[in-house]
Amino acid sequence: MKILVGIKRVVDYNVRIRVRSDGSGVDTDGVKMSINPFDEIALEEALRIREAGNAEEVIVVSLGGNECQQQLRTGLAMGADRAIQIDTAGRLQPLTIARAFLKLVEKEQPGLVILGKQAIDDDNSQTGQMLAALWDRPQATFASQVTLSDNQATVVREVDAGLETIEVDLPAVITVDLRLNEPRFVKLPDIMKAKRKPLDVIALDELGVTSENDLQFTHHAPPPVREKGIMVEDTAQLVAELKNRGLV
Amino acid sequence: MSRTLVIAEHDGQNLNPSTAKCVSCATAVGHECDIIVMGSDIREIAEQAAAIGGVGKVIAVNAEPLGNPLAVNFAAEVVAIADDYSHIMGPSTTFGRDLMPQIAARLGVNQVSDIAAVEGTHHFKRPIYAGNAIVDVTAPDAVTVVATVRVASWKAAGNDGTASIEERTASTGPSDHTRYIGLQSGGGERPDLQTAARVISGGRALGSEENFELIYSLADLIGAGAGASRAAVDAGYVPNDMQVGQTGKIISPDLYIAFGISGAIQHVTGIKDAGTIVAVNKDAEAPIFEIADIGLAADLFTVIPEMKALLS
Repeated sequence: MKILVGIKRVVDYNVRIRVRSDGSGVDTDGVKMSINPFDEIALEEALRIREAGNAEEVIVVSLGGNECQQQLRTGLAMGADRAIQIDTAGRLQPLTIARAFLKLVEKEQPGLVILGKQAIDDDNSQTGQMLAALWDRPQATFASQVTLSDNQATVVREVDAGLETIEVDLPAVITVDLRLNEPRFVKLPDIMKAKRKPLDVIALDELGVTSENDLQFTHHAPPPVREKGIMVEDTAQLVAELKNRGLV
Repeated sequence: MSRTLVIAEHDGQNLNPSTAKCVSCATAVGHECDIIVMGSDIREIAEQAAAIGGVGKVIAVNAEPLGNPLAVNFAAEVVAIADDYSHIMGPSTTFGRDLMPQIAARLGVNQVSDIAAVEGTHHFKRPIYAGNAIVDVTAPDAVTVVATVRVASWKAAGNDGTASIEERTASTGPSDHTRYIGLQSGGGERPDLQTAARVISGGRALGSEENFELIYSLADLIGAGAGASRAAVDAGYVPNDMQVGQTGKIISPDLYIAFGISGAIQHVTGIKDAGTIVAVNKDAEAPIFEIADIGLAADLFTVIPEMKALLS
């Protein structure tokens, strides 16, 4: 079985982002970029499935310009077997990304596609579900545990009400949550080795996918700031303040 | 056809308050709005939905295989009636986030996620980057708008409605590739975090599962829901459904009290819409004090028992 893993290049989660003063977007010049943390967990899960003997090949995929090769190389250094960059200059929206993934799925015939449950930049949480819909295959979103057996996966999902378990036939799309695993650290020799692993570049046009029905993002603004409040000295003052404000 | 369809969320017994919040958002768009309730034996839930103010009609799709909320089955029912609507909205809870992109993809449209404000029929505001930027989004007006509603940004619509209920048979059979096994509920009897008027949360500083009893006891004393930071969930002190923040629950209680939570940006994004934020932390430099309305730099293990004594 092959596993496809999606990797998105995003502003590192430790960076405090700044909205450009002209409202045109978020400043990413000279900012540290990383693999979306959820995608790292997705890759870790795929590697563990391969290491347990349940998959032969893990392929990392990213959509973007050449800069996303940096994140693909990191994915190869973590242990993926090969990488595919779908080359595109624009910032694609989830429907287009899902359509591009579908083309790769038709070509590679994976048993699993594992993606992060959301990217920490646009917080959409859409691509996996859209791919499942277009592919007409099961989706198991927000996974915190994945168990494979007999061409099916039992997935524990983190939902608002607790932990939900579903069973899906393969092939399927899984999107992962934070507590599924802890991604491994990349070691220096693996970074060297990763340079020799195959990284194919396919133009988005070559896949026959074009963007349509895109949303327009017209203006960005910083969020309203909460005013800094007061500090109280002790518990008695705190409770008095809460009572004054009619909160308890 | 300018009409909005709201997808009802429920647990088989009761309508989730997220539904009435979605109706508020739908009403702000300015069109008439209907609600679709899908499930098994849902008469009472449909009646609850019909009581929400401003609803045109409730479409009740009653079928045994819809008894569990599998996105693949729910999406098929929504798509079957999608032609009647210009807008389709669901909550940005895990239920809606699982379901709505399925619907969008089947209709060939992109989804507007997390609507925080409505500026026009096709013009919305939503947060990105964990709430660190607010972006104006315009959806194309030639196709259906499929959207999730950031429920923390909306007040529930009133309870003065008298909508009609239209029964509808399921249009497609259930999927055979996805099977629902069960739900293990983490929380007890405390108020639901996403609707509670008061929430008491604890962080890693609590130090253990046992020590979280302090949080629970104070929460129970004032009828509050109990939440936690990601660090406390990761450490195994509490179940995942208590997590508040970018990747957990986004909440908007009237009162939020954070004990031993440093205030990472990912946590703060989950509480920004709270009426009053109170922070208690030993570290006077903790970033949570930057956004707290009332701060107390002190040890939570002293403060909580004192609070309980003063409040009981």
